Amino acid sequence: MAQTVFAPWDNPDEKPLIQFKNVTKRFGDFTAIDNLTQDIYTREFFALLGPSGCGKTTMMRMLAGFENPSEGQILIAGQDMAGVPPNKRPVNMMFQSYALFPHLSVWDNIAFGLRREAMEKTQLAARVEQMLKLTRLERFARRKPHQISGGQRQRVALARSLAKAPKLLLLDEPLGALDKKLRQDTQFELMDIQEKTGTTFVIVTHDQEEAMTVASRVAVMDEGRIMQVATPAVIYEQPNSVYVADFIGDVNIIEGAATPHPAGDGYAIDWAEGQPQFHAKTNRAFAPGQKCFLALRPEKVAISAEPPDEAANRIQGKIIDIAYLGNISTYHVRLPNGTMMKAQTANTRRLSRRSLTWEDAVWLSWTDTAAAVLEG
Amino acid sequence: MRRALLIAVPYLWLLALFLVPFLIVLKISLSDTALAIPPYLPTLDFSEGWAGIWGFLQQLDFENFTFLTQDELYWRAYLSSVQIALISTLLTLLVGYPIAYGMASAPEHWRATLMMLVILPFWTSFLIRVYSWMGILSNEGLLNQLLQGLGLIDQPLTILNTNTAVYIGIVYTYLPFMILPIYAALEKMDDALLEAAEDLGCSRLTAFWLVTVPLSRQGIIAGCFLVFIPALGEFVIPSLLGGSGTLMIGKVLWEEFFNNRDWPVASAVAVILLLILIIPIILFQRNEQKQREREG
Repeated sequence: MAQTVFAPWDNPDEKPLIQFKNVTKRFGDFTAIDNLTQDIYTREFFALLGPSGCGKTTMMRMLAGFENPSEGQILIAGQDMAGVPPNKRPVNMMFQSYALFPHLSVWDNIAFGLRREAMEKTQLAARVEQMLKLTRLERFARRKPHQISGGQRQRVALARSLAKAPKLLLLDEPLGALDKKLRQDTQFELMDIQEKTGTTFVIVTHDQEEAMTVASRVAVMDEGRIMQVATPAVIYEQPNSVYVADFIGDVNIIEGAATPHPAGDGYAIDWAEGQPQFHAKTNRAFAPGQKCFLALRPEKVAISAEPPDEAANRIQGKIIDIAYLGNISTYHVRLPNGTMMKAQTANTRRLSRRSLTWEDAVWLSWTDTAAAVLEG
Repeated sequence: MRRALLIAVPYLWLLALFLVPFLIVLKISLSDTALAIPPYLPTLDFSEGWAGIWGFLQQLDFENFTFLTQDELYWRAYLSSVQIALISTLLTLLVGYPIAYGMASAPEHWRATLMMLVILPFWTSFLIRVYSWMGILSNEGLLNQLLQGLGLIDQPLTILNTNTAVYIGIVYTYLPFMILPIYAALEKMDDALLEAAEDLGCSRLTAFWLVTVPLSRQGIIAGCFLVFIPALGEFVIPSLLGGSGTLMIGKVLWEEFFNNRDWPVASAVAVILLLILIIPIILFQRNEQKQREREG
């Protein structure tokens, strides 16, 4: 049975849970959010990704009610949030520092929000136990926050913010304080919990790998604007700008001028004098001679000692550097005109059987659909 | 070895400046008054050897302590001192907490200046500051002139030489001792905790009550001790600002010592005062310790 793909943003009948409508936020002279409009849908795991100072945290704090927009409107479930204080919003937040109450036990931390809504005692206890079970914290219920590990604290913070069953959960760099291995495990745990509870998650992160792993859609932000919103795969494979291509993952950016390809499909790109043109296909239209950028992922560039037979693009170069990462190796290759290009291969063979080494003359090749052709 | 020396320093300090003087006072409190220098008997004379020491010990008794229980002046003075000290500690807390809170929430570059302002009064002599309160609070003083000038009152308020003046004096004098520990506790607090409380459904006020107050508890306790202990034995403030009706043990102690020249009874008063202070502190600390152990 084919599973339906989760894509409410493609469905025009779907009502968004969160709507940013021309939201601008200024702090003095500084514009943190610049006329931003964006919809987020129920059950989404929406990631705000960007360098520090890009406005992603401000967006989250406006959703939580800690900041008010200078202009524009924020709607949650169709209701205008202007003037609604944080304690009256159907939103809970998991703080970057976790902000666990040090004077309360794990159990009381989780019960804190429930107590505020005068929940009946047995019901409250049942809800706390349920949260403890969800985050596998049953054994630590009586401990104080300083008596448990960082990973456990992170789970307490998550349990506490989920306890009130909010419509929307905000996560501010939730995994920043964890080491890499634990972070990866926790990412899957987060996705699992998000699926189980059916809560809409908005996560703020500067870690692109994290955003790609957990999110249903990623918004790449820069200087208070959203540069691109799309699924992780689209963001990676079809970035809409050099900024997005460069921010996500490793990429070769080659500047050139596009002219229609003589064969009639795609464009021939002049990128350096005296060098063969590159051939690239794209949906975008370029005027003859228009400036363009090729964004080419290193893993899409094949590297070989012998000239490849059939390749839309091939060029010779010399290996300058090899970055060995265990599972993959990245080759830094100098092209005849001095341009450096990265090519990546999976290390499927053992080290001793690999033939390429420093100073070797090699051939780089890629297909005509491998690179994204961008306007800027 | 060096560690042992390091540990020994505070103990030597306590031994020389607390335990030895205390033993001397305790010894005097067990002696009898005499027209002599020093004005009590017996005195320890090592020249007679063991027999001398034995004879000396036999002359010590608890007569002065029994005397304290017989005259109601003393226990009334203790009780009234405890009452005045408790009320002024509470008042100091009520005044000091908002100040400490304001300092801790002020912008970072202001805090050093504010801290300076809090401790600035220490630059002036304590006595001069208490005397100036006399100038402010007296019937013809600045406060009454101001209030009469504004037309708020017809008759001058009698504040000086009442317990109210004593409360004002103690609150004013000990305020920095309340502010500083509370400020230290509040300053360490993570602002995200308050945001988290609001996010979980607290109003600003409940967030303050449920998060800020418990987290500044250590500072509140330290501040209260720092105010209560010296206020209990306070002498200068009640004798300058208080009236004849203000009964405080510090004044009694002074009168016994200097007016009556009854060193043994004065010492007995001091020993009891110390016990009143030390016993609750020890009990409190035990309780804290137990609580910590329970939490592991």
